[in-house]
Amino acid sequence: MANESSGTSSTFVQLGTITKYSFLNYLRARRFLVMVLLVAIVNLALTAAVAYTQSQAFLNSPLGFYGAWWGGLIDIFILLTVVFFGGDAISGEFQNKTGYFLAPNPVRRSTIYVGKYLAAFIASTLILVLFLAFTLANGLYYSMGVPTQFLQSFLFAWLYLLTALGVTFMFSSLFKTTSISILITVLLFLFVFNVVDELSTILLKIEPWFSITYAEGIVANILTTPFPQHYVPAITTGPGARFSFPTYNASIVEGLAIMAVYLIVCSLLGLLLFERKEFN
Amino acid sequence: MTKLSIEAVHLSKTYGSFNALVDLNLKIEGSKCVGFLGPNGAGKTTTLKIFTDLIRATKGEALINGENVHTHKKAALGSVGTLIETPEIYPSLTPREALAMVAEIRGVPRVERKKRIEEVVAQVKMEEWLDKRVGKFSKGMKQRIDIAASLLNDPTILLLDEPSTGLDPRGMSEVRDIVKALKTKNRLIFMSSHILSEVAEICDEVAMIDHGKLLVYDTLANVTAKFSGDVNVVEVGLLKPLDPILIATTISKIPGIVTAEKMDERNVRIKYSGGLDTQARILSDLLKQNVPVLSYRPASSALEDVYLNLIKETL
Repeated sequence: MANESSGTSSTFVQLGTITKYSFLNYLRARRFLVMVLLVAIVNLALTAAVAYTQSQAFLNSPLGFYGAWWGGLIDIFILLTVVFFGGDAISGEFQNKTGYFLAPNPVRRSTIYVGKYLAAFIASTLILVLFLAFTLANGLYYSMGVPTQFLQSFLFAWLYLLTALGVTFMFSSLFKTTSISILITVLLFLFVFNVVDELSTILLKIEPWFSITYAEGIVANILTTPFPQHYVPAITTGPGARFSFPTYNASIVEGLAIMAVYLIVCSLLGLLLFERKEFN
Repeated sequence: MTKLSIEAVHLSKTYGSFNALVDLNLKIEGSKCVGFLGPNGAGKTTTLKIFTDLIRATKGEALINGENVHTHKKAALGSVGTLIETPEIYPSLTPREALAMVAEIRGVPRVERKKRIEEVVAQVKMEEWLDKRVGKFSKGMKQRIDIAASLLNDPTILLLDEPSTGLDPRGMSEVRDIVKALKTKNRLIFMSSHILSEVAEICDEVAMIDHGKLLVYDTLANVTAKFSGDVNVVEVGLLKPLDPILIATTISKIPGIVTAEKMDERNVRIKYSGGLDTQARILSDLLKQNVPVLSYRPASSALEDVYLNLIKETL
């Protein structure tokens, strides 16, 4: 609804407008094409490999199939997607000066932030759905059906995508240089969270309930029967059985709660940072 | 109708120990064009960025039509067109899409949107490029689209930061023509520029700033009169070449004229003592004495003299 007398639209209309054109920009960008190609190449390669080897790791059971195909790969694709679509989403507005085109208009910074966030989420969801389509097509071909756990896993992955984008947008708001914000995001999801998970579990012997990658474990664990125990006291492994450490697995409720907290906290912090950031 | 106004109230901006703006008080009202002059780092862009909420003031308020830009951004900037630095447009979008985005944000009614976009694009002479992606555009072409975006909602106030920067000579001339054409409507234009001749040609008033402090704000004529030792300069274009003796014996004798010197065959430069009244009377006297006047305008060098007088050093 336009508020023509004051020369502005309602916040809701502005939000839709920014989402629409940011999404169009994502859709036409080279990185979207790269992600589509990447998903297609990996899935086609996997299709060929499974067809050729008839691997029992895949074909033994429906949950085994979806666990190996979807559960084994989706987290890395979600990471790539959030880096591609969120890593420089806000920092780019400063470094590339696109913010100078949008921000001096009668529109709230929060509207710009949320609009871009929604656009990145929709673009990322398309990638997720493409991966889902490949997985389902193969699953149905091998008569695996569609187990409820797989649908749950998809929903958890979707929530993880939303949350990871929230974290990425927050870091993107923190920096004005696109390469730094992208690098921080990659380091964070590839190394920092995983190292913290391991250190916390192995050295401190405490549950890494503060880690988003720990929470993300539910995406793959839901495809395991039975669902892994919350706490496995010690697994002795390694040459000569010298290593022994406990393992934690987030329960579904716990995983969802951790993601929800990350989503809320990071979104609020990101919004606050963008509101306060200056174009200079 | 509310009187158009932009007002800086005790506006200050600091970056660490650097004072970019120091207690700036400036009130501009009515339909006019005001040139905002100062050397690099003087605080021009900082001021304009505060007025568009791109940065926040450390102290003070920036008001547009009485509305605080930071706390009531939508109300303050609703009728304002802005061009700050050279904004980049999402490279995958075409000018039509980028302008549609701004039009939608600004509430340009759907039925008028297409026509309005085509009008402003025609104004900046970019019709051929309307449906090409912006990513491949030169800086000058992007600047033209940025100018078009600032005109989309037919704004009553325009805040322009060096609008002709990045354009070739033809582009600069076209931007000057656009701004001059905009002046004919009821508009307040506040424009920073480094090009003194541009300001002298377009603007009615001038504000000068240096080291974050306002040095002067007045009409062009008053500023030049006040800071040029009351000596102003006009350039007279002639319909036909004039005898140098006639310049020396007739024109130089007109009361108020300090010197009259031939610039070339058809142009005479007259220095006179006084303000706008004197300027008008000299024109009248020239015509009475059958001097074939083709054009008569204040010389931009007068503003340059004032500028150099007031601003002794740059950063």
